[in-house]
Amino acid sequence: MIDENVIRDIIFDAVDEINQGLEADERLEKTEEAILYGKGSRIDSLSLVNLIVAVEERLQDKLEVSVNLADERAMSQERSPFKTLGRLKNYTVALIAEILNE
Amino acid sequence: MVITGSSRGIGRHLAERFTDQGFHVYGCSRSGSELTVKDYTHFRLDVTDEEAVRAMLTSVRKREERLDVLINNAGCASMNHALLTPLKTIQRLMDVNYTATFLFSREGVKLMKRDSGRIVNLVSVAVPLKLEGEAAYASSKAAVITLTQILAREFADMNVTVNAIGPTPVDTDLISGVSREKLQKLLDRQAIKRMGRFEDVSNVVDFFIRPESDFITGQVIYLGGV
Repeated sequence: MIDENVIRDIIFDAVDEINQGLEADERLEKTEEAILYGKGSRIDSLSLVNLIVAVEERLQDKLEVSVNLADERAMSQERSPFKTLGRLKNYTVALIAEILNE
Repeated sequence: MVITGSSRGIGRHLAERFTDQGFHVYGCSRSGSELTVKDYTHFRLDVTDEEAVRAMLTSVRKREERLDVLINNAGCASMNHALLTPLKTIQRLMDVNYTATFLFSREGVKLMKRDSGRIVNLVSVAVPLKLEGEAAYASSKAAVITLTQILAREFADMNVTVNAIGPTPVDTDLISGVSREKLQKLLDRQAIKRMGRFEDVSNVVDFFIRPESDFITGQVIYLGGV
């Protein structure tokens, strides 16, 4: 079972990269409650795409797993895994657990 | 630079030309490549295999950190009356010509890293000429044209341009099954009635990828005055 903290650190590291290109008032907070899109979000859709790409790259480099976070399941879930950083973390953990169990 | 379908024909020519120009070219095809220049790396894969495409682009990222240019050249053709076109052929043409272009563009743009990039798609004069006998092929290329125009908008914020070139017939394996008479009829519909040359194609690619072309996106250039 993958350690949730490892995934959280990977996601926060990706947030650092995205924040580098953003103005101070647009930067994403490194908390699990940080909202990624919709009401209350500080980042635009392009930054969200960049964040997802940055997380996928780190999962590949650090854990050597090839994950497509924006897969059919993610896009069709009622509770979007991209709503907050916490949900993104939970979805990523679940996805990697599945891959490792295959 | 990544060029798909680089073992033969136009793709092979582009791979040679751009390695000469100082690019490191990462090419791919289902078969191996006879190109042995230093700045060329070949991947054997099926361009419609999502995992294989992702693995190739991961290798490119690990070696180069970023990608400057993607040329979606891989393609296949089939000439048949619509009534004689099997389902498998229709699906294969859509997969290789359209789906693979989508996959490589989606994965390739991730490596372009927000600061700049160029995607060039290969389409065909079969679309504007509405060639009879090429319903499945031309339709798959029409899908690539629409894809080009929409990706141009979606990727604009990432400073990535997306354009397409539509060659006239060029003497490659792709048209080896077309009769001389049919080919002549096709050439007669062009403003300039001759076969295309590899250099005609690379000339347009040169134009799309040069730094000064960062305000050119969503465009399709057809050769021969079609």
